Amino acid sequence: MKKALVPLLIFAVLMGFLAVGLGLKPREVPSPLINKPAPLFSLPTLDAPQQNLSAQDLRGKVWILNVWASWCVACRIEHPLLVEFAKTSTVPIYGLNYKDKREDAVRWLANYGNPYTRSLSDTEGLVGIDFGVYGVPETFVIDKQGVIRLKQIGPVTPEVLRDDILPLLRKLGA
Amino acid sequence: MPDVRNLLAIGCLVALVGLGSVAAVAKEAQPAFDDPALEKRVLVIAEELRCLVCQNETIAASHADLAVDLRKQIRLKLKAGQSKQEILDFMVVRYGDFILYNPPLKANTLLLWLGPFVLLLAAGWVLVRNIRGRRRTPGGVDWSPEQSQRARALLDEGTKGR
Repeated sequence: MKKALVPLLIFAVLMGFLAVGLGLKPREVPSPLINKPAPLFSLPTLDAPQQNLSAQDLRGKVWILNVWASWCVACRIEHPLLVEFAKTSTVPIYGLNYKDKREDAVRWLANYGNPYTRSLSDTEGLVGIDFGVYGVPETFVIDKQGVIRLKQIGPVTPEVLRDDILPLLRKLGA
Repeated sequence: MPDVRNLLAIGCLVALVGLGSVAAVAKEAQPAFDDPALEKRVLVIAEELRCLVCQNETIAASHADLAVDLRKQIRLKLKAGQSKQEILDFMVVRYGDFILYNPPLKANTLLLWLGPFVLLLAAGWVLVRNIRGRRRTPGGVDWSPEQSQRARALLDEGTKGR
């Protein structure tokens, strides 16, 4: 009787592992940059290409960095939400226009709305690499000390905004 | 007659596959580099790095945009005189241990490194226990004398019938 239970027990343990595995998201690799200072950058902006914006310019305020591109299909999913969020003026959203052409990016914003205070042009994708970007869209929350506090891989959903981003922003005193 | 047709079909298939692989090789050889020795060093490092976009491919093998960009970074850093370790560190700072195909032994990779050995030991223990258990009961099964007698009778009957 006891012996007969052993395969059943092994089966139950296996099922347990598989059930947990179903809920995991292997495509979302945890970033080692969480709770580390955001990488330094200095990039031209979309609206004023001859003018650079650097990480130091944003010190002292909580801000969101959203990595986007006109060629990125998934960016269109989260875009209306970002536009709505920008209207609440909770914190500024800065765009990192990743490996994109300036004309395409400007046209894309004209078509779908512009939630960004400014957008940085990362045409070579080098700042993207510094931020460990591997799947656009990605979104970072950066605190007043310039430390990365949250990274969202893939589109920001209403749930992520409500359950993760907004509570964090409140905590950071934004 | 159908044999000839089959042969012909196989011939066509082989030719097609051959063409396909030539095309694939041609695509991989596409970017011509001025320094093959440097390129070899780039690939040695790129082969130790996982492409985060495709996850089961190395940065050396992947055609993803990010892999191309990271190979470019490796090339630039080698040209600037950086060592392999410096380049691997650069990648880990940005993408974490996940990017290494040969992750370091740390507290959070302990299960990854020791797990298989733990499983092997557990399996060995079960095996040893089973074998010992079997030795104690010859024939593997405990039969009552009546059962043994019946089995013997059945076997004898079988040989008689032959």
